[in-house]
Amino acid sequence: MISQIVSAVGVVIAGVFACALYYWLSDKLLQIVFPVPKENVRAASINLNRRAVVRPWLFMGPALILLGVYLVYPVVATFILSFYDRGGVNFVGLANYRWAIFDGQFRQSIFNNILWLAVVPAACTFFGLVIAVLTDRIWWGNIAKSLVFMPMAISFVGASVIWKFVYEYRGGNETQIGLLNAIVQSFGGDPQVWISMPFWNNFFLMVILIWIQTGFAMVILSAALRGIPEETIEAAVIDGANGWQIFWKIMVPQIWGTIAVVWTTITILVLKVFDIVLTMTNGQWSTMVLANLMFDWMFRGGGDSGRSAVIALVIMAAVTPIMIWNIRQANKEMGGH
Amino acid sequence: MAGVVMKDIRKAYGQVKVLHGIDLDIKQGEFVVFVGPSGCGKSTLLRMISGLESITGGEMYIDGQLVNEVPPSRRGIAMVFQSYALYPHMTVYDNMAFGMRIARESRDEIDRRVRSAAEILQLTPYLDRLPKALSGGQRQRVAIGRAICRDPKVFLFDEPLSNLDAALRVATRIEIAKLKEQMPDTTMIYVTHDQVEAMTLADRIVVLSAGRIEQVGAPLELYERPQNLFVARFIGSPAMNIIPATVTGTGEATMVSMKGGKSVRVPVATGTSEKGKAASFGVRPEDLSVATGEDYLFEGRISIVEALGEVTLLYIEGLADREPIIAKIPGILDVTKGETIRFSADPRKLHLFDAEGKTFRI
Repeated sequence: MISQIVSAVGVVIAGVFACALYYWLSDKLLQIVFPVPKENVRAASINLNRRAVVRPWLFMGPALILLGVYLVYPVVATFILSFYDRGGVNFVGLANYRWAIFDGQFRQSIFNNILWLAVVPAACTFFGLVIAVLTDRIWWGNIAKSLVFMPMAISFVGASVIWKFVYEYRGGNETQIGLLNAIVQSFGGDPQVWISMPFWNNFFLMVILIWIQTGFAMVILSAALRGIPEETIEAAVIDGANGWQIFWKIMVPQIWGTIAVVWTTITILVLKVFDIVLTMTNGQWSTMVLANLMFDWMFRGGGDSGRSAVIALVIMAAVTPIMIWNIRQANKEMGGH
Repeated sequence: MAGVVMKDIRKAYGQVKVLHGIDLDIKQGEFVVFVGPSGCGKSTLLRMISGLESITGGEMYIDGQLVNEVPPSRRGIAMVFQSYALYPHMTVYDNMAFGMRIARESRDEIDRRVRSAAEILQLTPYLDRLPKALSGGQRQRVAIGRAICRDPKVFLFDEPLSNLDAALRVATRIEIAKLKEQMPDTTMIYVTHDQVEAMTLADRIVVLSAGRIEQVGAPLELYERPQNLFVARFIGSPAMNIIPATVTGTGEATMVSMKGGKSVRVPVATGTSEKGKAASFGVRPEDLSVATGEDYLFEGRISIVEALGEVTLLYIEGLADREPIIAKIPGILDVTKGETIRFSADPRKLHLFDAEGKTFRI
């Protein structure tokens, strides 16, 4: 235990030191390659300019190389793999893409992903906004906010395990230990096998992600709401607007940019949703989503790098434009008006 | 009678009392300025008139109607905020039209009123702009325009010029004065801590301090006849010189001896019971003049000379253990630091306050 802590601290210190050393050494190198002679002002200024041009690249070099190896190369490799057969040996052209278009499960996944996209970001943003507004007005608002935010601290798998108990179904005459079934029973209904209920089971899975992400939306939107100048709301009160009108016509438009950022951030997350489906149903009972399907084809039974590469590219194609827009929007928000 | 009447208005936040019974009668068409140091409750009082702040005790009447429980939008008021409080996502036009749209006015009526307000405030070229594309002065004009569009009986201004730079402040102040001239029947209540704004704009000034009214009166009345030490010090810049003194003779005129020696005859009547009691003797810096003969009020050593061209400010030390006396002498004066100088003053411009700080002048 102690030795682990010591070695961890040692690695951190060594890492920081190595970074500093790299910057120092590379700058020294720069000074040697582009000297600044005292007697020749013209040459000195040229070399100073050259140093300024080269230095950022030199300093960013290691990071750029790492990003290249771990981000750019896999993308390119995936793209190439998508044209090869299951072992990645024989070129098969567009066969994998053709397969995807006509594959029932792939279509099912696309459909489910669209369903998730339609529901989860909207629900999280809506609940987050409503909770942020309501908790701002009450004395126990911060307690409520902490409770709503807490699921953010739980891993997706952990959350799924918790919700498995909520949806739990016991066959025969066993006592129902699932929360939902217990409630249904107490109202005189029959217990259901919730997670194998076609179509609706998608929504039961979405509830988990909404439960987790509402806290995120709430925190960001709450901060944005506090940024609204109080006077604009008071001016609206004097102008005769009621609570509803103030919310929709004065408050929401002022935080519109933040709402969009929250929405798209959750959208990106939803496009990549994987853990919840894997833990809850593993894609059975028509709950399959793209990320899970990709995983299946690559590592479980499928062993087909070509097809899973196609699915990976589809996910990336869907995420990239939203991500670009999201980053631009976030920069705009941070840059102020 | 769209006046504002306050009867024993009180405000408390829990145990903390902010206003201790304000009685005020503001007549229709009057321009009243609330002035006082920060924390005196002037903004709170304004917000209570607007309805943004609840009334803890007392009665508030606007236009003869009790408004204690009436929501802000039904009080017939409009407010201009220090921070403009424009809706940032709406154009100038929409900012001004918002209130009328909420009230479901007809499109033609809205357009007519917005355009006429824009005309008055020279905002017509900017109607399609967002507030962020306007300068500070233009934004404040939009805020005033929004208030005009509400066609209020009472206009409330909450330090509207504080966010503007000095030059714009003067220009906008004149604009507000002009606006008042164009709307002679509209009551205007204006909060500021700037006494220049108060003196130039007000028909009547209400001086507030620590949640109480110190004095209500026309600007020059406050300047010439302050009822107490607080008002005496607050109105006028630099502030009035106050010198502790003892009453030595009473009657038609009062004799006082200043700390530091000299006796002065102040033409203010006092009763015999005052004899021997402590008092404060006051004289404004601008009422002092340099004395050459033996007939002087006091003498002292010049510690600082501030030559501003139009006036010269002299800081005089010499009267035992007190802050320096300030003299404001017109024009340029040929004096140097360290010199001893004597001052006299017109006896009619001397002020005398009793031990509680109330004036002896009636």
